[in-house]
Amino acid sequence: MDQLAQHLLNAVILGGTYALLGIGLTLIFGIMRVVNFTHGELYAFGAYCMYAFVMLLGVNFFLALPMAIVLGAALGATIEMLLLSRLRGADIDTTMLVMIGAWITMQNTEQLVWSGVALSIHNPFPANPLIIGALSVSWNRIYVVAVALLLIAATYYLVNRTRLGKAMRATFQDRQTAALMGVRIGRIHTATFALGSGLAAAAGALLGPVFFVAPTMGDLAAAKAFAIVILGGLGSITGATLGGFILAFVEELGAGYISSGYRDAMGFLLIILILLFKPTGLFARRERVG
Amino acid sequence: MNRFLPWLFVALLASVPLWLTDFYFLHILITTGIFIIAAMSLNLLLGYTGQLSLGHVAFFGIGAYTSALVSLGFHVDLFPGFTVTLAPQPAWFAMLCAIAVAGLTGYAIGKLAFRVRGAYFVIVSISFAEVVRLVAVNWVELTQGPMALNNIPALTLGAGAFEISFLRKPAFFILVLILGVASFIVVARLVNSRAGRAMIALRENESLAMSVGIDVTRYLVIATIISAAMAGMAGALYAHYIRIVDPDIFLFLYTVTMVIMVVTGGKGTLAGPIIGGIIFGFIPEFLRVMEIRPEVQWIIYGVLMILVVYFLPQGIVPAITHYLTSRKHRHEADVLPAASTPVPRP
Amino acid sequence: MKAQSETVLSVDQVSVRFGGLVAVADMTFSVRAGEIVGLIGPNGAGKTTAFNVITGFLRQTSGDVRYHTTLLNGLKPHQIAKLGLVRTFQRTSVFQESSVFQNVLTGLHCRGRATLWDTLLQTARQKDSERELADHAKEILHFVGLDHRADEPAGTLPYGEQRLVGVALALAVRPSMLLLDEPVSGMNPSETARFIKLVREIRDTGVTVLLVEHDMPMVTRVCDRIVVLNYGRIIAEGTPAEIQNNQDVIRAYLGQGKKRA
Repeated sequence: MDQLAQHLLNAVILGGTYALLGIGLTLIFGIMRVVNFTHGELYAFGAYCMYAFVMLLGVNFFLALPMAIVLGAALGATIEMLLLSRLRGADIDTTMLVMIGAWITMQNTEQLVWSGVALSIHNPFPANPLIIGALSVSWNRIYVVAVALLLIAATYYLVNRTRLGKAMRATFQDRQTAALMGVRIGRIHTATFALGSGLAAAAGALLGPVFFVAPTMGDLAAAKAFAIVILGGLGSITGATLGGFILAFVEELGAGYISSGYRDAMGFLLIILILLFKPTGLFARRERVG
Repeated sequence: MNRFLPWLFVALLASVPLWLTDFYFLHILITTGIFIIAAMSLNLLLGYTGQLSLGHVAFFGIGAYTSALVSLGFHVDLFPGFTVTLAPQPAWFAMLCAIAVAGLTGYAIGKLAFRVRGAYFVIVSISFAEVVRLVAVNWVELTQGPMALNNIPALTLGAGAFEISFLRKPAFFILVLILGVASFIVVARLVNSRAGRAMIALRENESLAMSVGIDVTRYLVIATIISAAMAGMAGALYAHYIRIVDPDIFLFLYTVTMVIMVVTGGKGTLAGPIIGGIIFGFIPEFLRVMEIRPEVQWIIYGVLMILVVYFLPQGIVPAITHYLTSRKHRHEADVLPAASTPVPRP
Repeated sequence: MKAQSETVLSVDQVSVRFGGLVAVADMTFSVRAGEIVGLIGPNGAGKTTAFNVITGFLRQTSGDVRYHTTLLNGLKPHQIAKLGLVRTFQRTSVFQESSVFQNVLTGLHCRGRATLWDTLLQTARQKDSERELADHAKEILHFVGLDHRADEPAGTLPYGEQRLVGVALALAVRPSMLLLDEPVSGMNPSETARFIKLVREIRDTGVTVLLVEHDMPMVTRVCDRIVVLNYGRIIAEGTPAEIQNNQDVIRAYLGQGKKRA
């Protein structure tokens, strides 16, 4: 029983960061219709920023996080303006290929700069975990889930209660009408990509100190983000949030009770199963074909 | 003249083992050839049928593993009390099994994955490849996991005094050439037929294709089966050439390589994957010779892909064809101005 | 020779609801062999929805559609096309990148006899079938008057000619009933006149025609019967003369002019 509770607790904590990853991607996917292969790289970028700030430049741990997020958002905006803005009318294949090119370039640049060695980031929390009854959780992880939930709430607020968010939702529902109503689609794209990238960088900056930092860390993260988008349905923040937690639960319980080797396969198997039985995702409201 | 050119090219290639003494270069030709076959198979699905399948390396790897396992023999417990054993089979039989298994997998995946389209389909295809990779890594009893299947027997045909062994490079090169030409012919015949027109139609406009009676799902699955079987054959060739197979064969990186070959060469053209394959088969070697680190190689690939998509979005082969036909039209316009402008109907 | 009064298409109490929105309600009408029937109505009246339901691109919420005696409910579009009920599209009515000739060849898909094996082995049947299809394609192009455009990419043709290619595509399937979706939209008067002639020629070959249109003069000239939709319901049915004087129809079009719907 205690084992189960511990697994569930771990899942909640993991779920928060997964949700961040998923939300960023689902917004980009949904509003821009871009298969964003660079999402994992922004995740890694956030982690590397944290490393650089905290370990190399001696910046305060808590200050380094927002700095990493801002840099991530800026990088996202740059990618969008540099590569995607010219392809706005193009079909999904073309943008996908450009994104793959960007992903390869980014990851290998990272590899070149930092080499493949796994790096660790020191955190200022007490080394002893918090014990509640039979459960134990490290302070670092509590911080991670707290910040993740905060960011999720902030994103929800941004998308559902601000003017920018309204423009984003309009673009998602009907791009042409939104444009006719005066929405600057180009700006919305840049903003969306920046937001999604910032969230991915946040996830990386949060989890970097928990695990470690390596150039390929983004690949698995991106794969899971894709799984979450499918789970939650395109463009749905609530769906992505729930999807993130569901994926974390499935992974934790699967790894704990079935086999840890296949832990990472859980997400993919979930995707395939869901798409077989409910192609629009668990929570999507729109029919998605093609 | 045009009809003989390709055959001349093939004849030239066939003569290579006679005069090329550098075995390393021959090795490059062989691996490039195998990748070109894989690229041609991806081109059928990505280029002609227009489906963004990014899990293609799975079929390649399944072909490799099947051929390796069948020729090595295996022994697994599927679940307690139920073991499956297979004694080692001749390599040519193993390769046929590889083609069949890969094709079957293509059928199964096709039926499942084509319930969705667009971005969702891309994700499913990637997920499928990743699951297969993780199975290869973890099902150690069958696949040896990361410790790899090695000492895969070389391909031999015939027996006794008439035995041909494909162990040595020159012989294997000819084998790859023959199978490459065969694959090309299969694809060429397919795309210039009724079935090929159906695939191209559904790539252009699914609803319109359906409205003229084309069963879209059926042709998607057919394209996937043929594409998968061909990739599986390339994988089997790889297994009996390199003679070691490990789960890294399923890395997404190899799908990306195939995609780059098809896209830069020209998706939806017959020559595209060949040109793309040659370019991206040889680039790593040039870079190695110049002692450039692999990371830089990949950065060059990445940048190259972006540039090609921007400046030659159809790929190299269509760009060349377009240039040649526009020169021909300009020439005709100079010589016969009246003939090249359409006469309006009264 | 079919009996003049044989019903070819029967639409029976078809309703289409999208959540709370009613696109089509209790639509009932039929088309008899050899007729040219027009389906008209203001924008949003449900004409395209009706078309989509009949041809299998949309599932109706309730009601039946029958082609001769075959129930079409739940059939996929390609199955319905194979039964002989073929439609055209208003937008993207052609395969843009392919040549006009390739377009018609594609439309002839169901008339090909070669199997995959024939194709891979290049049997005699493959070659004969391809030759037959090419001959049929030439005939069809000649019928619609586009021989001179055969090798040009369909997407580069003037809009009016593209619609003709769309019709050629549909004719290639050898339909017994043709559903034309706004066939003359974007055509100038002389093209429209030629098209009316073409529709009559098509009907003379034994094909029944149902068309959706906004161009009232065209509809009155070519149709034997007109069905009028408004807000998803049929509000009138009759000959062009009857419809032009029908009060309900005039009211439905009030404010939008009488000539152009």
